[in-house]
Amino acid sequence: MNKANLNETAKGAAHTGRPLALINASLIDPKAQTQASGGVLIENGVIQALGPSVTRAALGSHIEVIDCGGDCVSPGLIDMRVFIGEPGAEHRETIASASAAAAAGGVTTLIATPDTNPPVDDPAVVDFLLRRARDNAKIRVLPAAALTKGLRGEELAEIGLLQEAGAIAFTDGAHSIRSSKVMRRLLSYARDFDALVMHFPLDHDLAASGGMNAGLLATRLGLPGIPPEAESIILDRDLRLVAATGARYHAALISTSQSLGSIARAKAAGLPITCAVSINHLCLNENDIGDYRTFFKLSPPLRHEDERLKLVEALATGLIDVIVSDHNPQDVETKRLPFDEAADGAIGLETMLSAGLRLVAAGPISLPMLLSRMTVRPAEILGLPQGRLAIGAPADLIRFDPDEPYVVDPSKLHSRSKNTPFEAAHLQGRVKLTLVAGRIVHD
Amino acid sequence: MVSAVSPLSDSRHLLGIQGLSRSQIELLLDQADSAVDLSRQVEKKRNVLRGRTLINLFFEASTRTQASFELAGKRLGADVMNMAVANSSVKKGETLIDTAATLNAMRPDMIVVRHYSSGAVDLLARKVDCSVINAGDGQHEHPTQALLDALTIRRRKGRIEGLTIAICGDVAHSRVARSNMILLTKMGARVRMVAPSTLLPTGIDQMGVEVHRSMETGIKDADIVMMLRVQRERMDGAFLPSTREFFRFFGLDAQRLKLAKPDALVMHPGPINRGVEIDSEVADGPRSLINEQVEMGVAVRMAVLESLSKHLRNG
Repeated sequence: MNKANLNETAKGAAHTGRPLALINASLIDPKAQTQASGGVLIENGVIQALGPSVTRAALGSHIEVIDCGGDCVSPGLIDMRVFIGEPGAEHRETIASASAAAAAGGVTTLIATPDTNPPVDDPAVVDFLLRRARDNAKIRVLPAAALTKGLRGEELAEIGLLQEAGAIAFTDGAHSIRSSKVMRRLLSYARDFDALVMHFPLDHDLAASGGMNAGLLATRLGLPGIPPEAESIILDRDLRLVAATGARYHAALISTSQSLGSIARAKAAGLPITCAVSINHLCLNENDIGDYRTFFKLSPPLRHEDERLKLVEALATGLIDVIVSDHNPQDVETKRLPFDEAADGAIGLETMLSAGLRLVAAGPISLPMLLSRMTVRPAEILGLPQGRLAIGAPADLIRFDPDEPYVVDPSKLHSRSKNTPFEAAHLQGRVKLTLVAGRIVHD
Repeated sequence: MVSAVSPLSDSRHLLGIQGLSRSQIELLLDQADSAVDLSRQVEKKRNVLRGRTLINLFFEASTRTQASFELAGKRLGADVMNMAVANSSVKKGETLIDTAATLNAMRPDMIVVRHYSSGAVDLLARKVDCSVINAGDGQHEHPTQALLDALTIRRRKGRIEGLTIAICGDVAHSRVARSNMILLTKMGARVRMVAPSTLLPTGIDQMGVEVHRSMETGIKDADIVMMLRVQRERMDGAFLPSTREFFRFFGLDAQRLKLAKPDALVMHPGPINRGVEIDSEVADGPRSLINEQVEMGVAVRMAVLESLSKHLRNG
């Protein structure tokens, strides 16, 4: 299917007004992994020119110029895992509020998970979402459709029709497919449509009623734990089935060193697989739960600090393809409960970049490397043209100063839900400007 | 029961043993000793809590703990109300926080809470402005049980430090085991956790205790053998193959008790499952402290209530 058209539908026509130039910027090219001074000229929603030659002096007077004062300019972020709530849970998040949060956080494309009510398992729902996104979203909102009907993990969803309707990829969202037989059939069938299967690996039986990482801390708090094997057993199963079927597979969220080992082996064997980790698992650990703080109750659970360090290391080596916000709005009703009754999830669209910059400030990750995991790698996996700093690419761009400090104030976040794990955190690098197809959507 | 300092002077609540120091625990036990004397008199009543309201809020069924708190409160002169959750709006879907706000508005001075979720009592304590006492939260803590066990041991053995204490049975699901482990290690006892691997939580070996997977090594030369209740639902093949297999390998009978020190004493938080974790001959025998534990329970709860009363509103 035509991906460029899909974006037009999702976002409306490209900006065709006055040409715009961002000058005096530190341009980050996540594909080439470089950072250099220069400017970007934007016309008709795409990048027309870029580099050191784009200066105020070189531009005609009809061009609107924004002097970036040395700030970083990078392709806008592509977030592959966002729970929204429309339709069905609009009190937690709508497409409009999610897209406002995304624009403020520098996310210019998001993939919406199908965990809605009704779930996105019918072409009509895909169509509904694309129309709602066109009318209400400032950024590109691309729906992923269900792998199985009703997200129940039993019967195959209409992958062909859903794809024709505009589903960008397939996932059961927060649900993991229990049956190996169903998974095998899904992968075989998806391969015929060259559909991307994004699966969240979790063994329901092994995870049982657990709400946090199995270990000393869970024992101390008297909470049932989720062992790392609950993730790796299903991931290993999936990878074997990928080897058997040849489907394109993306591990939607992994959190353990065991899983990293499995991913490394599968990649070495040449399997068509990729993987993502959430910004939370890169920046936080189980100790943040403290005295049963439910905003840190996530699925998969936050792990031990040693595991977090291994994830950061795998990010540095490139083993991890994608960083996602795993944005999951929950309200008082679902979070102000005893820990094991509280819902999983944290919001993250607006803080993903700043939280990621912590890893850059701490040393192990270069800025272009961090950004590549939020831009060009997701674009490559999804087959999207954006996420690149290149002539002819969509002008989805962000401007930020990676050293500018700020304190996260939940009341100022754009999301309708305020369950951020970074409440009162000292972060740096707030996004100052967001462009989608050359149009300013956040300033 | 006169003491110049209040052992719980730095907190309005008693949420767990974790937050208590060794000296606080010792002071509480000293106060409880006086409460034992009081409770053995004909005139058992004092009026330190006169005019105060204590609410027992139990989200899980309980006989002995609830009755024990009720008696403790009444002996100190408080008005005690028992909230049975079966009759409350919790059954109608009210959240814990809303229940807390409602009760708080009735201006009680103390709420004693038992809840099936770990951390629920902490959560409730943050939403009310009276004192909250944890009477057991999920698999987390049961601080007054650990205190009453410590009192029982101290009165019988004269000390806790240096004793070898084996805690046996369903360690993984037991808040009693957790609170006792924390308290007894704090007091300098040598603590052993004795259970099959399926009933041992992850990381228990890093918590300052010895871990044993057989009763024979676990209770050998122990001064105290503390048995835990094993829930029937754990025995359907989920954690244990059967009741009879558990009793064969982890039950306490007279024969097995011989492995412990000749003067070893046997404890159990109750209610006991005869023939499951403990044999009747041992449970009813001369070395059993089970009924004494119940008596100490009232005394310890009196000490806790009095101690917390020192910083009640207008107090």
